[in-house]
Amino acid sequence: MLEFRDVDTFYGELHVLKAVNYKIEQGEIVCLLGGNACGKSTTMKTVLGVVQPKRGAVVLEGEDISRLSTAERVRRGIAPVPEARRLFPRMTVYENLMMGAYTRKDKAAIAEDLERVYELFPRVKERLAQSAGTLSGGEQQMVAMGRALMARPRLLCMDEPSMGLSPAYVEQVFEIIQEINRQGTTIFVVEQNANMALSIAHRGYVLQTGEVMLHGTASELLGNEWLQKVYLGQAEATPAPR
Amino acid sequence: MTFSDVLLQQVINGVSLGAMYALLALGFTMVYGIIELINFTHFSVFMVGSFIAMAVLLAVGLSGQSVILTGLPLVAVLLLALVVTMLATGTLGVVIERTALRPLRNVPGTAAMITTIGLAYILTNLVLLLVGAQQENYPNPLPNLTWHLGGATVHLREVLVWVVAAVLMLGLQLFVHHTKLGKAMQATAQDAEAARMMGVDVDRVVLTAFFLGSALAGAAGLIFGLYYNVVDFQIGYTAGLRAFTAAVLGGIGNIPGAMLGGLLIGLIESVGGQLIAVRWTDVIIFSILVLVLVFRPTGLLGRSLAQRS
Ligand SMILES: Nc1ncnc2c1ncn2[C@@H]1O[C@H](COP(=O)(O)OP(=O)(O)OP(=O)(O)O)[C@@H](O)[C@H]1O
Ligand SMILES: [Mg+2]
Repeated sequence: MLEFRDVDTFYGELHVLKAVNYKIEQGEIVCLLGGNACGKSTTMKTVLGVVQPKRGAVVLEGEDISRLSTAERVRRGIAPVPEARRLFPRMTVYENLMMGAYTRKDKAAIAEDLERVYELFPRVKERLAQSAGTLSGGEQQMVAMGRALMARPRLLCMDEPSMGLSPAYVEQVFEIIQEINRQGTTIFVVEQNANMALSIAHRGYVLQTGEVMLHGTASELLGNEWLQKVYLGQAEATPAPR
Repeated sequence: MTFSDVLLQQVINGVSLGAMYALLALGFTMVYGIIELINFTHFSVFMVGSFIAMAVLLAVGLSGQSVILTGLPLVAVLLLALVVTMLATGTLGVVIERTALRPLRNVPGTAAMITTIGLAYILTNLVLLLVGAQQENYPNPLPNLTWHLGGATVHLREVLVWVVAAVLMLGLQLFVHHTKLGKAMQATAQDAEAARMMGVDVDRVVLTAFFLGSALAGAAGLIFGLYYNVVDFQIGYTAGLRAFTAAVLGGIGNIPGAMLGGLLIGLIESVGGQLIAVRWTDVIIFSILVLVLVFRPTGLLGRSLAQRS
């Protein structure tokens, strides 16, 4: 469904993604793990076209979308749940949800999707008239996910959906991610919470300073000794074996 | 005339001036709200608008205050001048954004703001070249209709200003809150990157803000001419400085703030001028601005800095 082919992304002189390759198949949940500042969010921004890769190609269903605008990519079925939610703080919850459907014109289908969002997030339905900036962190996460679903995406890109949430909320968010996936949406999710992410993902990639240093199925990664030590256990980070 | 009548008269004048400043402050504050650009060219666009409206009024055969119209012809002529001017200044704003400002959008620092100052000079001097430095007698077809409110007098020109300003501001509010592009504009002002990620074409939003803001400035230009009966190439500075103050006073980037700020500046100018002395109005206006900025740096309706981030 989505492929990165030797992608290099820069911020000015700063070389963040270095010849990165990912391959995400239709219907999968793929997680992207890695320490701080290794380029996880940059990966998400490259998928969405918020930053353009300098070399390489981002390919969606066989089509090179590297030069398309973000709006074009959203129209082709990619929707984001950005890092730190990024809701529109002075717009209501309802208005935020509808911003998710910004590129759509199919009124009836939008209304259906709204119902589906209310079903997944009953909490959100109770808060429709509240300004998004005054919601709790957990509620904001729900709205951010609902907003992305309003695009009726085929590929959902989530950047640290568990950030700042209590364990009970994290569990709920991950259950909902699985549910969304069961309903047919492919999911690419960035997480720090590696155990949790691998427990729901089919496959995963591990990024270190902008390079993919490990990838495999969730069970392979869970069984990987080095990964166990660095990300899944409490051990200090040690240099990776190559 | 009793003192309270004099005061009432100044309130009537002040609301009229304030409505004009508000129209002028709106475009300025909208652009700031969306791309955080202090756009000084805006006030020159207003001045150009005043001359464009004058050209339209001359073209339909008016000159000075010699031709008085009533009824349908009056409404038709004013509407024509208003619509043509708003379209023309709106287009001018779009051209300015597209050619001079967009290439500088992502350049850090003050390059874009300095460019707007340069453009303001260019527009001002173009008008100076074309029409000269003298005050121009503004064609004004308004009959001398008045109503009495206690001891104070309301002229037709004041009613006209109120009606035009109220309709345009209401229209702007409806646009911003009830259309898709208006929502996109709000979203972009609150978080441009997130708006882009929803599929909003931010360039289009910015162009729309320039078009609408400049069109409102054009309307203010026509109102200025009909209100004072004279214009010259410098009105962009004098009225612009007050509109700028109004925007800052209300909270820069904030649409209702610009409306409130405009009204307050208009009232301060006329009531303050009456109570103290007209030559002190600038001192009064800017003293109040300084006080507001000291005690409420984000302006009256502005968000606190904590809420912004
Ligand atoms: N807009 C930007 N301009 C310049 N540098 C940036 C920009 N965004 C990110 N960077 C830099 O790129 C590097 C990778 O950032 P990125 O946000 O992708 O990290 P991350 O893996 O998501 O980290 P975290 O887990 O902390 O969210 C960092 O060193 C960061 O400072
Ligand atoms: Mg990140």
